[in-house]
Amino acid sequence: MLAAREALTASRRAPLLSVLSVVTIAFSLFAFGLFGLAAINIRRALEQVEERVEVRGFIGQGTDIESVAAAMKDIGEFPEVARVNYVSEERALERARREMGEFADVFESGVLPASIEVNLRPGFRSPANVKSVSDRMKTYAFIDDVRYGEEWVEKLHRLRNIATVAGIALGLAFAAVAVIIIGATIRMAVLARAEEISIMRLVGATDMFIRLPFLLDGLVKGTIGGLLALLFAWIAHRTVNEYFLRTVFFNRELIFLGIIGGAVMGVFGSLVSVGRHLRDL
Amino acid sequence: MIRLHDVSKEYPRSGMALSQVTFLVKKGEFVFLTGPSGSGKSTILRFLYMADKPSGGHVWVNGVDSKTARAGDISRLRRRIGIVFQDFRLLEDRTAEANVRFALEVTGAPKATMRAKVSRVLSQVGLASKATSYPKELSGGEQQRVAIARALINDPFVLIADEPTGNLDERATRGVFQLLRDVNAAGTAIVMATHDLDLVRGSSYRTIELNHGKLVFDSAETARASAPAGSYVIGPGEEMPDPGENT
Repeated sequence: MLAAREALTASRRAPLLSVLSVVTIAFSLFAFGLFGLAAINIRRALEQVEERVEVRGFIGQGTDIESVAAAMKDIGEFPEVARVNYVSEERALERARREMGEFADVFESGVLPASIEVNLRPGFRSPANVKSVSDRMKTYAFIDDVRYGEEWVEKLHRLRNIATVAGIALGLAFAAVAVIIIGATIRMAVLARAEEISIMRLVGATDMFIRLPFLLDGLVKGTIGGLLALLFAWIAHRTVNEYFLRTVFFNRELIFLGIIGGAVMGVFGSLVSVGRHLRDL
Repeated sequence: MIRLHDVSKEYPRSGMALSQVTFLVKKGEFVFLTGPSGSGKSTILRFLYMADKPSGGHVWVNGVDSKTARAGDISRLRRRIGIVFQDFRLLEDRTAEANVRFALEVTGAPKATMRAKVSRVLSQVGLASKATSYPKELSGGEQQRVAIARALINDPFVLIADEPTGNLDERATRGVFQLLRDVNAAGTAIVMATHDLDLVRGSSYRTIELNHGKLVFDSAETARASAPAGSYVIGPGEEMPDPGENT
């Protein structure tokens, strides 16, 4: 296939330019990848904190265990609820003494009431969901009070929203910078072959024919750049794990997406650069 | 075959480059386009290979109207046109043979006939023995011959030459001009822009002279004035013939 041969010949004729293109693409995708790694690790940390969101309903003294069991069954069927636990007075006392070791003597038997502890499913941990569950728990006559750390849940929710918006904005900015750098890199390759392109046009080559070797070139460079960026990101991830803190790496889907992303950026950058050049001729 | 009718070109910054130019080039004709720099010669040539469109008027080349031509029409048309420039426009990293073959490869010509075709045109321009030489190993005249060979590889009906001898010494100029005459004698029309009045005066070919974007002299018009029968030049205001003439 002539297009593949032309793409290969062009790379052979200017090996330094080709290597520079691949390295530039790799580093711009690496910057984007590092941001992606930071984003998924922050998200994971927030999710771990969110797992601790729980609603606690305090049970009035003298409530019979059958009523509590029936209520726990009802609450367990709420769509938001992941898990329901009963905490007896004794268990509550033991837990309080353990958690507040130096004040252990302050707690006396019968001071802390029994309670129903409710953990929520992921996706149902917003202040509105937590309040809704809390309101429904309050409807049980034997539940004296319901607490869920309203202020803390709201702060956590706000923090999550800020992290999401900042993540999207920064992600788009990093992606835009990567696309611009890749586009400029491919434009250099196009300009290096400007004479050839102009002759191709003069002798009657179609625009598609002229574009094809560049698209192949962009596809190959983008894919290699994407693979290299993943390798760099993996090395960075291992280094952080070794010397600083435990982090997670991209899952298989994200790795695949990263390689495809590199290839797509290479093709897109080529399309834009060659298209612009052909328009200017 | 080639018709320009009332053609004008205005550039936003530099103003009017061409104004109401009308002429016709017949099949197999040799036409010189002369005039000082900036008179509009190259603009007309760009219209002929459809690298540019007129602001007003019409250009028809082999039945293709520049106003309505799409990218595909232009590509197909260029495969039937040979184009030669003053600066040769050869690829420095390819041999003479590869430069000529390039025009076949990028238009998807069948591989089986390529070698024979390349060899034929290189012989036609007198460079069979330099097929494996790179442009930098060739003289200016030889480089221009390679460019002409590349222009001839697809058997064009017209060869458009923009100052093809502008970079050549007198001897090479004579050689290249003789080659163009031979090409014309074999049936290919030639439209050649030139500053070299010696070439123009030393031959009996039709001459169109431009000045400040206007057609100021057409030797065919003068000939027609003295012998109207069989004329083929359209004068200003005359009705345009049908544009669909194909070769």
